[in-house]
Amino acid sequence: MLLVILVIFAVAPAAPWIHRAAPRLSGWLLAVVPAGATVYLLAQIPEVAAGNAVTAAYPWAPGMGLTLSFYLDGLSLLFGLLITGIGALVVAYTGAYLKDHPRAGWFQAYILLFMGSMLGVVLSGNLLSLFVFWELTSLTSYLLIGFDHERAAARESAWQALLVTAAGGLALLAGLVLMGVVAGTYDLETLLASEDVFREHGLYVPILLLVLIGAFTKSAQWPFHFWLPNAMEAPTPASAYLHSSTMVKAGIYLLARFNPMLGGTDLWFWLLTGFGAATMALGACMALPQNYLKRLLAYTTISALGALTMLIGMGTELALKTAMVFLLVHALYKGALFLVAGSIDHETGEKDITRLGGLRAHLPITFAAAALAALSMAGIPPFFGFMGKELMYEAVTGDVAEGAILGGLALLTNILMVTVAGLLVLRPFLGARQSTPKELHEAPVAMWLGPALLGGLGLFIGLFPGFTAANLIAPAASALLAAPVEVELVLWHGVNLPLLLSVLTLAGGAAIYWLRDGLGRLTAPLAPLTNLGPERGYELTLAGVLGFSAWQTRTLQNGYLRRYMLITVLTTIILAGGTFVTRFAGLDSIVLSEVRFYEGVLAALILLSAVFAVWTSSRLAAVAAIGVVGYAMAIIFLIYGAPDLAMTQFVIETLTVILFVLVFYHLSRFAVYAGRATQFRDAVVAITIGVLMTVFAFVATQIQFHDSIHEFFAERSLPDAHGRNFVNVILVDFRSLDTLAEIAVLAVAGLGAYSLLRLRPKRKKGS
Amino acid sequence: MNLLVVSPILIPLTAAALGLMLWRWRRLQRLAGGIGAVAGFAAAVVLVATVWRERILVTELANWPAPYGIVLVADLLSSLLVLVSAGMGLLVTVYSFASTDKRREAFGYYPLFQVLIMGINGAFLTGDLFNLYVWFEVMLMASFVLLALGGERPQLEGAIKYVTLNLIASAIFLAAVGLTYGVAGTLNLADLGDKLAETDNPGLVTTLGVLYLIAFGVKAAVFPLFFWLPSSYHTPPVAVSAIFAALLTKVGVYSMVRVFTVLFLHEPEYTYHTLILTIGVLSMITGVLGAAVQSEFRRILAFHSISQIGYMVMGLGLFTPLALAGAIIYIVHHSVVKANLFLISGLVHRRQGSHELKKIGGVYLACPALGLLFLVTAMSLAGIPPFSGFFAKLALVQAGLEAEAYIAVAAALAVGLMTLYSMTKIWTQVFWEPAPEGVTDGAAFPDDPSAGPWGMVIPVAILAAMAVALGLGAEFMFRYAMAAAEQLLAPAEYIGAVLGRPS
Repeated sequence: MLLVILVIFAVAPAAPWIHRAAPRLSGWLLAVVPAGATVYLLAQIPEVAAGNAVTAAYPWAPGMGLTLSFYLDGLSLLFGLLITGIGALVVAYTGAYLKDHPRAGWFQAYILLFMGSMLGVVLSGNLLSLFVFWELTSLTSYLLIGFDHERAAARESAWQALLVTAAGGLALLAGLVLMGVVAGTYDLETLLASEDVFREHGLYVPILLLVLIGAFTKSAQWPFHFWLPNAMEAPTPASAYLHSSTMVKAGIYLLARFNPMLGGTDLWFWLLTGFGAATMALGACMALPQNYLKRLLAYTTISALGALTMLIGMGTELALKTAMVFLLVHALYKGALFLVAGSIDHETGEKDITRLGGLRAHLPITFAAAALAALSMAGIPPFFGFMGKELMYEAVTGDVAEGAILGGLALLTNILMVTVAGLLVLRPFLGARQSTPKELHEAPVAMWLGPALLGGLGLFIGLFPGFTAANLIAPAASALLAAPVEVELVLWHGVNLPLLLSVLTLAGGAAIYWLRDGLGRLTAPLAPLTNLGPERGYELTLAGVLGFSAWQTRTLQNGYLRRYMLITVLTTIILAGGTFVTRFAGLDSIVLSEVRFYEGVLAALILLSAVFAVWTSSRLAAVAAIGVVGYAMAIIFLIYGAPDLAMTQFVIETLTVILFVLVFYHLSRFAVYAGRATQFRDAVVAITIGVLMTVFAFVATQIQFHDSIHEFFAERSLPDAHGRNFVNVILVDFRSLDTLAEIAVLAVAGLGAYSLLRLRPKRKKGS
Repeated sequence: MNLLVVSPILIPLTAAALGLMLWRWRRLQRLAGGIGAVAGFAAAVVLVATVWRERILVTELANWPAPYGIVLVADLLSSLLVLVSAGMGLLVTVYSFASTDKRREAFGYYPLFQVLIMGINGAFLTGDLFNLYVWFEVMLMASFVLLALGGERPQLEGAIKYVTLNLIASAIFLAAVGLTYGVAGTLNLADLGDKLAETDNPGLVTTLGVLYLIAFGVKAAVFPLFFWLPSSYHTPPVAVSAIFAALLTKVGVYSMVRVFTVLFLHEPEYTYHTLILTIGVLSMITGVLGAAVQSEFRRILAFHSISQIGYMVMGLGLFTPLALAGAIIYIVHHSVVKANLFLISGLVHRRQGSHELKKIGGVYLACPALGLLFLVTAMSLAGIPPFSGFFAKLALVQAGLEAEAYIAVAAALAVGLMTLYSMTKIWTQVFWEPAPEGVTDGAAFPDDPSAGPWGMVIPVAILAAMAVALGLGAEFMFRYAMAAAEQLLAPAEYIGAVLGRPS
């Protein structure tokens, strides 16, 4: 299985070259790869249908629990076949759809990268490797939506989709790692075998919520649905592939996959059926007023994703089986219809159904494919869609107490689906021919093959459901239920409630189809309400974060060095002072040596000079005062028997003062900018830090944990290092590395001064 | 004296000295810089390989025994970081060959660069607190001059802020060293580890620890001490920004990790979980928010550094082996990726003559290869798998959730999203959006479809490949980081090796 994914990933970067080498054939050539993957997966059917999962594992980062392992059971197989099968058709389709596009090869590369990632999601047998592929689908989706990045709308939509799904992805990561922490493993097979670790655990609720945020954002559940219609900015093959039949189903896959581990609780039921049913109904309602083909399809996709979430949330055996049936039904008709929408756009240059009509004569095969798919979508017997709808009615009205509400919502949704199916096919293909931007002719083979095949499958499975039910649906449903189940699909259930509802659905759908324009006028005043939707929330959140960021940055990083210094010193006072005040154990006893008279004088001199240096408004006086501080310090060194230190200090102080005086000439006039309050504040801060440091120094003289090592230097200086002045010996021998490095500092400082003086930017002419 | 442990200091020192002697011959200066970088890298590789076998190497300089002389200690962490510094030094040197103007080269660019590398390596290797201070000085002075070299107005403005704030940190650091020597009578880290452990006044030791935290916090540019970084990183030539971004803040983080694993273990609840973790979380948040409102390529990157330093500090704050390993992976990952983003900004600037997002555009169409290099690197920074950043983040998230530090983990993840926001903002405006009116991509180089001169492109490509390799080969990095983290958390080995006792 690794090989399958690797081949797809390996071919992807070659796609631009393949396209350049054979621009006419590249679509077909590249489609061989996913077609091969489809064959591989089909070959696994007997094994999987027998109830055995196919597994493989390769170490990646086992230390962190990330193993590149694969787990192919019925659920993975169903999804895997959709991904590779529809993928092959889409790749072939793209070859024709983008045949004149200069970067068609890149598009194919992205599609293949996406395909490999998506396949990785559904085949992963490890939560972390699942996440790796999950994020890759978000990233590749971003590149695909923004493919026409010359247009601002494409860039914006791509960005929005990425941010929404990545936000969900991060929640999912937290959820998955929490699962790993709780269960002690990320291995899917082990987790599935030990089903009750999570539901009983205290972290169940956070885990569930985090995972659901991940799944809901990816699968466009309300209130995260808004990115999906905007993602229609992507070239149509990408929309058909990612945003109807594969990527948006990753969330559904996740829910289905985790059903045995996290499902079955009240919370699960309420969240999934609640959000699912709401999404289903809202999606259908929002679809109705759309006139652009792809947006119409996008909203019905949201609706279908809601239905799937709802069914998985209900959790009954029938509901879960229905979910798998409906998944397949939807993928087939929606994939076909998207591709048809692309063909219409491609051949006519028009996307708006109100400006299309009478295409059937010019695009007969496309029309046939669209009709097949739409009939399945509307749920007309003997199409596969009919079975899906019947089962859905049976499931929602049958076992659960909330059947009336769910049944009502499902009825509404399905009625609208019938209407939309009509809109998609009747409007563009029947009726009077309308003029279009482009000359009309049938789409090339590559572009009608996919829709025809998918639409045809919808009819074929409806007529001969046995193989599909036994080999695809049943194993998938078994994986959801963690127990083997049988699935039997039949068209005729006898006269019962679902059949009545189906009849009602068709009648209602037809009625709304004829009334749509009137309804549109009626609901037009409500349009501004859509501004209050979740997309507005997204925009407000983003604006809020950016506004806060701007405020924060203005406040902290305001460009003034004095602010920075103030905050740095204040931080020191608060953290170091706070720690000292709250934690210091106190001194047992205080030992003070006697203060001699001249020590007192020196201390007073230092303090006074320091205050004077701040006080005076003459630069020269300030520098002189600082010089006095330095000299007084040197005298202290002298008193305590360090004449060489004192000499050094004298020299430095003298030089500093001289240097200062030299540069005065170049400085602007001295002026006081700070007001009284600022001066007072600064004085308080400065005095506090000074006092704090003094206290620290005092404490350090009072507490000594250990004898100092300086005895060693005094003893060994002469015999071992042959120097009488052990300060010198420390500098040149004991700690010679310090000295070496300080010499480097001096050299660099000299170099810096030289270059500052000599290396000036060249003046621009005229300035 | 073990020459291998000294060589990361000795080689750049020699190269710098040679360069200064060859002052009049710009090309020979380049040569000396290049040879120094290559030799330094080779020595670092051998050092890591040796330390991986022998776990810890100690050398006593001038043959004075510890704790009286200065020791250099290469354990798993410090030798890894020496390798990072040498590797980044080499690649940025190559980039500089192709991008630094002759005037800067003539004024000692390469010797300064080597002195900077020497200071950084010295800081990583030293086992002595005061010696660490000295290396900080070396670094500070070399970086200050590199920052100001060229004398452009924004450069000087940035350099003054940089040096002033760092000098405050140095003063605090020096005061802390003095106080430490006052109470414990020694400066050797291992010896201090022993002696501070015996104290009956842990509050005083913790206060000292906080002083170091502040001093190193300024160097590492954590909240609320980061001001120098966004003031300065965007002002010098890109190669200088890149080496700064790769290494300078890391020295601060490293020093924090070092002193808080050897010296200040007294009140873990307070130091790690209250102070350091909070600082880490706030750094992550303020940095990323600061970046969100910037509209200049390099400023965005600079603010993000603060945020990413926050992740490393968070790793220290959680203080478990996995968390420290995560921090170590993060250090390596961030050096590679952030430096590369700066280098890429230089390539974009070369094509379009600006760093302002509004004034550039359309690079992707003009040069898809450059787009790809940026995308890989930027997605790695944002923590998107399968690149290096994801694994760094994963380790921290795992460690955080295991330690039940839910707020920190939530912050780390949310900050990841905002990082993605910033990176895609750059991507959208620089690479996707058509160039604004009046700017035609490659106007400066109309006949040049390539990403840039090889000397600039190859380092970028290598670093992008590293971002991928550190992801695909995450296990290798993880095992090393985990071993280094465990070594850090059992300081007896370090102390024993330095003081010559069997551990």
